[in-house]
Amino acid sequence: MRGLIRYFRRNLSLLVGSSLLLLLVVFVVTGHFVVDVEDARALSVRPLQPPSWRYPFGTDRQGRDLLAVMVAGTPLTLRIGFIAGILGVAIGTVLAFAAAYYRGWADTIIRGIADIGLTVPGLLVLIIIAVGIRGGLSVNQMALVVASLAWLNPTRTIRAQVLSLRERGYVEIARMSGMSGPAIIFFELMPNLLPYLAATLVNAVSSAILASIGLEVLGLGPIDAPTLGMTLYWVNFNAAMINGWWWWWLAPTVIIVLVFLGLFFVTVGLDEYANPRLRKSA
Amino acid sequence: MSAVLSVEGLRVQFDHPLGAVHAVDDVSFTLDANERLGLAGESGSGKSTMALAILRMIRPPGRITGGRVTLDGTELSALDHEAMRRLRLAGIAMVPQGSMNSLNPVMRIRDQLADAFRDHGVALSAPELHARVAELLRTVGLRPDVADLYPHELSGGMKQRACIAIAICLRPKVIIADEPTSALDVVVQRQVMETLARVQRDLGCAIILVGHDMGLMAQFVDRLGVMYAGRLVEVAPIAEIITTPRHPYTQALISSLPSLAARGTMQGIPGLAPLLRDLPSGCAFHPRCPRAEDRCRSEKPAVRTLAPSHQAACHFA
Amino acid sequence: MRMIDIVRRCGVFAVIVLLAASLNFFLPKLSGQDPVRTKLLQQAALGGYVHQGIDDMVKLYEKRFGLDRPLWEQYFNYLGDVARLDFNYSIANYPRTVAEMITEAIPWTIGLLSMTTLLSFVIGTLLGALLAWPRAPRWMAWLMPPLWALHAIPFFLLGLILMYLLAFQVPLLPIFGGYSVGVQPALSLAFVLDVVRHATLPALSIILVSIGGWALGMRGMMVTTMGEDYVVFAEGKGLRSLTIFLRYCLRNAILPQITALALALGQILSGAVLVEVIFGYPGIGTLLFQAIRENDHFLIQGIVFTVIVALGLATLILDLVYPLLDPRITYQRS
Ligand SMILES: Nc1ncnc2c1ncn2[C@@H]1O[C@H](COP(=O)(O)OP(=O)(O)OP(=O)(O)O)[C@@H](O)[C@H]1O
Ligand code: SF4
Ligand SMILES: [Mg+2]
Repeated sequence: MRGLIRYFRRNLSLLVGSSLLLLLVVFVVTGHFVVDVEDARALSVRPLQPPSWRYPFGTDRQGRDLLAVMVAGTPLTLRIGFIAGILGVAIGTVLAFAAAYYRGWADTIIRGIADIGLTVPGLLVLIIIAVGIRGGLSVNQMALVVASLAWLNPTRTIRAQVLSLRERGYVEIARMSGMSGPAIIFFELMPNLLPYLAATLVNAVSSAILASIGLEVLGLGPIDAPTLGMTLYWVNFNAAMINGWWWWWLAPTVIIVLVFLGLFFVTVGLDEYANPRLRKSA
Repeated sequence: MSAVLSVEGLRVQFDHPLGAVHAVDDVSFTLDANERLGLAGESGSGKSTMALAILRMIRPPGRITGGRVTLDGTELSALDHEAMRRLRLAGIAMVPQGSMNSLNPVMRIRDQLADAFRDHGVALSAPELHARVAELLRTVGLRPDVADLYPHELSGGMKQRACIAIAICLRPKVIIADEPTSALDVVVQRQVMETLARVQRDLGCAIILVGHDMGLMAQFVDRLGVMYAGRLVEVAPIAEIITTPRHPYTQALISSLPSLAARGTMQGIPGLAPLLRDLPSGCAFHPRCPRAEDRCRSEKPAVRTLAPSHQAACHFA
Repeated sequence: MRMIDIVRRCGVFAVIVLLAASLNFFLPKLSGQDPVRTKLLQQAALGGYVHQGIDDMVKLYEKRFGLDRPLWEQYFNYLGDVARLDFNYSIANYPRTVAEMITEAIPWTIGLLSMTTLLSFVIGTLLGALLAWPRAPRWMAWLMPPLWALHAIPFFLLGLILMYLLAFQVPLLPIFGGYSVGVQPALSLAFVLDVVRHATLPALSIILVSIGGWALGMRGMMVTTMGEDYVVFAEGKGLRSLTIFLRYCLRNAILPQITALALALGQILSGAVLVEVIFGYPGIGTLLFQAIRENDHFLIQGIVFTVIVALGLATLILDLVYPLLDPRITYQRS
């Protein structure tokens, strides 16, 4: 524990990032005690109330209590991000190891797919998918849709890492000592790779949340779920900005900013942990 | 003979959270005009650091903590930033270690010579530059059309020659060549060394040759200095140091060579090179020294003059 | 660059085009039913004055993509259409063709994206290079934390905030659209200024977010480059620090940045779509948003195809230009 605290003092980004995320968790957990999450449904409260003691975040045009929406919606959005991010990194790790270990054809194909896939703007492909299966996407389906592209970037970055670890000779030594293929991968590379995997995961979660919010703002999300992105969809749909209902977009904006800042600084911190050489330059 | 370069009490320190490292520790020597001085010592003994310190090119976390370097009567530590910059290459030139990666990969050789001329205030018209570059390249044994090539189009030996061409382009008084041939195969090594020897003669400059290869040293240098753990532990004319080394470390070094004719690279001697961060007390060599006595563990040996041009830092030399 | 490399890169581009067309064709079919047919039939059932045209569309669609046709025949029919850049009529705006609507919207997007990408790349890269340079002014270090923080935020969210601050609270700039309502698009100075004013906020949202990313990447590359042997040798050559900075450090460190730019185009575009939607900017993004709202499948497919191909083309161009900057790639030892 002491060591952890001391490390946090050296790695400020990690500290800031984790604090922000912790803050969100505290908000959601205490929120569940303070407010009735049922009020996140339309027609629960008086519409279009600016913030007051009764409705600290105000209410929207369809009669949702925005505090309830945030308390209910933040975990939903995070859930989409984490499901998609974890799936993406898992698939990416397997592909990257396969590519880096077998080299040759497997590597060429996997790398080619990842490179071409990354040239294509992800949001558009997701739009085509979402439009195709339109009509009542659930939050989990939404996560799967986003996950369908979430493996591209992890595949690329993890492959590069595995190759560079290989270069550094970890694998050669293991091979000389007579380990078999999969064992080499697992026992020799994994421990060195874990910090990178963690950084890649956080990054993937962040991208997945971004993609899901994008789809939602375009109206392709789970229509009756109170996710952060859907809230912004309604904001845009009802032209809340021009109508001066500032509280409607303020709450989701602040929370989304906190989510992204938190994830970003955690990524930076993990990068620093994985690659302490960078620290000197900071 | 008068000294063209003199180094007195030079010290370089690398600051580090776990304790400072004295990479160059109180090194003094002089270099005469036209002289070829060799510097040998195992990896990490501070040879490159000293070369950089002479040029005042130590970067953080390192810093020069003491000493005077005098070139032809000018004390370098008194120069301002700009004067020091102009003195590099024009006064003291360096040929970098290895050289495989010392040329800018995105510039043609000609441009890498041209910017040296330009930044040193040598105004050349295009045809003049062309002629100068061609002449320089010919001097180091390269065809003039190499000027239009990029570094990756050159072989290792050609790159090293290109670096030498750059180093001599302003006719410096001193050239510091840091292991100029370490990455090359034996035949090319010899050719490059011959080139270096020839340009040194033609230019009439002095040269400091840093290297591991004692065989090469024996053929090339007039005088040899041996470094150990940041200190210059022995300096003497090459013939003398090979026949009668006085410092136990030098003795071990010389006797570990199979025979000079067989061109042995310094293979190292029993025991581990010391950790600079945590140097043994007294004489840093004592844990590996066959002649070590109690005194060596407590008292740091001073550099003593044993013969007119022979110095060593050992209590019993 | 050797011929074979050019051919290979063009091959990759061809794969992207084929991929875009195939995505359009196959993905909607994954759901089991054909959403295009469903929408078409709905629209035909609505009736109205365009009824006859929609009915014709349904007939043609059934003939070429009917359930009785084998899948490969439908696929080749579709590829044929795409090859002729025929994306059919817009279902929701019947007499207008998809190609026509895209042609109208795309210059707006190209203008906005090329300007913002170029500006943020240049500013961010320079900033990052200076941040790594020991002799840069010290106050620059203070720029970094806010730029980092901005970098973490999605474009459109910053757009919302800027819109509130600079268009709603302090009405400095227009809040919506690509040009003022009632103004006829013309090649006059007044119109151009109007367009620039309208584009400022969307552009700012993209630029302010992007700069931090480029600066961060460049700073890292510069630190690595400054440790290279050729930089040490350049210093030993007694070059001026400006020469070393520009021709030795920056010149080399920028190469990976350009590779990164090629990879980032897709993300930038995805983000810009949402910015357009938020600001009602009359580009491809807003058109796409409308198409999604109206379930206009032909329009959606047309846009997705066009954008993927356009980005593939931009990447191809960057790929082909890159060797001009890095001689190690241009030259192949025979
Ligand atoms: N940037 C640095 N940071 C910390 N210590 C350094 C740094 N550069 C050099 N040193 C220290 O200085 C010592 C001397 O290094 P130097 O490169 O001068 O050795 P060398 O004799 O040239 O070795 P080699 O034969 O391998 O080139 C090293 O042992 C190292 O501990
Ligand atoms: S001083 Fe002592 S330990 Fe050092 S070299 Fe001489 S004899 Fe050996
Ligand atoms: Mg060295």
